[in-house]
Amino acid sequence: MEIKKTSLNKLHQSNNAKFVEFAGYEMPIQYSKGIIEEHKFTRSNSGIFDVSHMGQLFIYGDESLTEELEKIFPLDLKNLKQNCSKYSFLMNEDAGIYDDLIITKIEEGYLIILNAACKDQDFEILSNLLGPKFKMNLDNNRSLIAIQGPKSVEILNSILNGVDQLNFMTGNWFDSDNQKLFVTRSGYTGEDGFEISISNDKAEKFVENLIEKGAQLIGLGARDTLRMEAGLCLYGHELDINKTPVEANLRWAISKSRLSNGGFIGSKKIMNQMQDGASQIRVGIKPEGRLIAREKTKIFDDTDKQIGEITSGTFGPSVNGPIAMGYVDKEFSKVDTKILLEVRGKKHPANVCALPFYKKNYVKGVN
Amino acid sequence: MSEVKFSKEHEWITLEGDVATIGITKHATEMLGDIVFAELPEKGSNVEKDGTAGVVESTKAASDVFTPVSGEVVDTNQSIVDDPAKINEDPEGGAWFFKLKIKDTSELDTLMNKEEYDKFAKETSS
Repeated sequence: MEIKKTSLNKLHQSNNAKFVEFAGYEMPIQYSKGIIEEHKFTRSNSGIFDVSHMGQLFIYGDESLTEELEKIFPLDLKNLKQNCSKYSFLMNEDAGIYDDLIITKIEEGYLIILNAACKDQDFEILSNLLGPKFKMNLDNNRSLIAIQGPKSVEILNSILNGVDQLNFMTGNWFDSDNQKLFVTRSGYTGEDGFEISISNDKAEKFVENLIEKGAQLIGLGARDTLRMEAGLCLYGHELDINKTPVEANLRWAISKSRLSNGGFIGSKKIMNQMQDGASQIRVGIKPEGRLIAREKTKIFDDTDKQIGEITSGTFGPSVNGPIAMGYVDKEFSKVDTKILLEVRGKKHPANVCALPFYKKNYVKGVN
Repeated sequence: MSEVKFSKEHEWITLEGDVATIGITKHATEMLGDIVFAELPEKGSNVEKDGTAGVVESTKAASDVFTPVSGEVVDTNQSIVDDPAKINEDPEGGAWFFKLKIKDTSELDTLMNKEEYDKFAKETSS
């Protein structure tokens, strides 16, 4: 299959991107400054991320669509206000996760942002569940640009006046260059920031404008270290079809009002696990010293019994040390529990720790 | 000091008497990206030509460091373990990895000189 390119591919090239294949797309892993510089720039200034490979699924319909979607997602969509977003999951009957996603109520229906590697399957699953009643559009004509970091609000507001009035996890339509952009205040870095849905033919010029105002392009490498420091899950690593939201320590994302009656896919398993707890749970892990424990690193207790596995691990540039996430047996999931990580045949000490590794205050409400 | 020689695994080596100093090339550091971890062989241990003698990790991945010649490890550079970023800054100078007392200087004969290595690096990276 031919590798796909986003509408910013030429811009990446002219900015000396190193490319990798990611979910069938040629994506920039880093630019000339490198992952650590790009990471730090995002934390101190404003980074631009091309996330156009992600799926933008528009589903159009009235209240009956809300009812149908509540049969799928563990969310209180009836009480979700227009332009408000929620983090959620597409699950199977056993509460195994097909994908994690952001769903936003828009005027005519819903916009769902899906992971690149999952979007086609998600579309198929949702089409089958919803039937032909609702118009669904997995929109390939739109790019998705994230801008993240403390200076992003000022930079973006100078182009799209009014984005500074958005609360965290809300969005709205803005006009620019004779077209409508959908902007949400959200992100994946632990920083204040925005995601902008824009038609492909306008994306390059829009990003060039952001660069002119002082923001810089950031690759997927720094996106990964930023999200890990923020303790955020990446599908295919922390999340997959064999993990449930409760195991992933994401019970906060399940609307409380949906737990009493269930009625969404996977609700039975979720309700059981909420009551009895899951046997394994996702935790933050800090290796002692400088050792980096990558994905698939085995986790042991001091009696040599394997108690879990790392799902992501790297060096956290802002934490200035190694960080990891992984799943451990419930009894080892308390903060400060001593564990051992097997790296290159030797066992190294580490500690279970609270997430996130790096915390800054999001802008929660500006109004 | 002898001419700098290079291996296909992107290590450089210089020889002074029977003690060789070994590190990784600038080209290697450019391919790896930001280096955030280094592990060196133990002093007093013996390493075999083309065997692993250390590890470097970038933000992206871990890579083995190989030794281009056999010998006994007589010194290691603790400063790159304490501050791995030095490897990106000065890979072919201050950020050497380890020193070996070598047994067989003829093992160096199979290695490349600078011109050959530069050509090799260019060909293999494109």
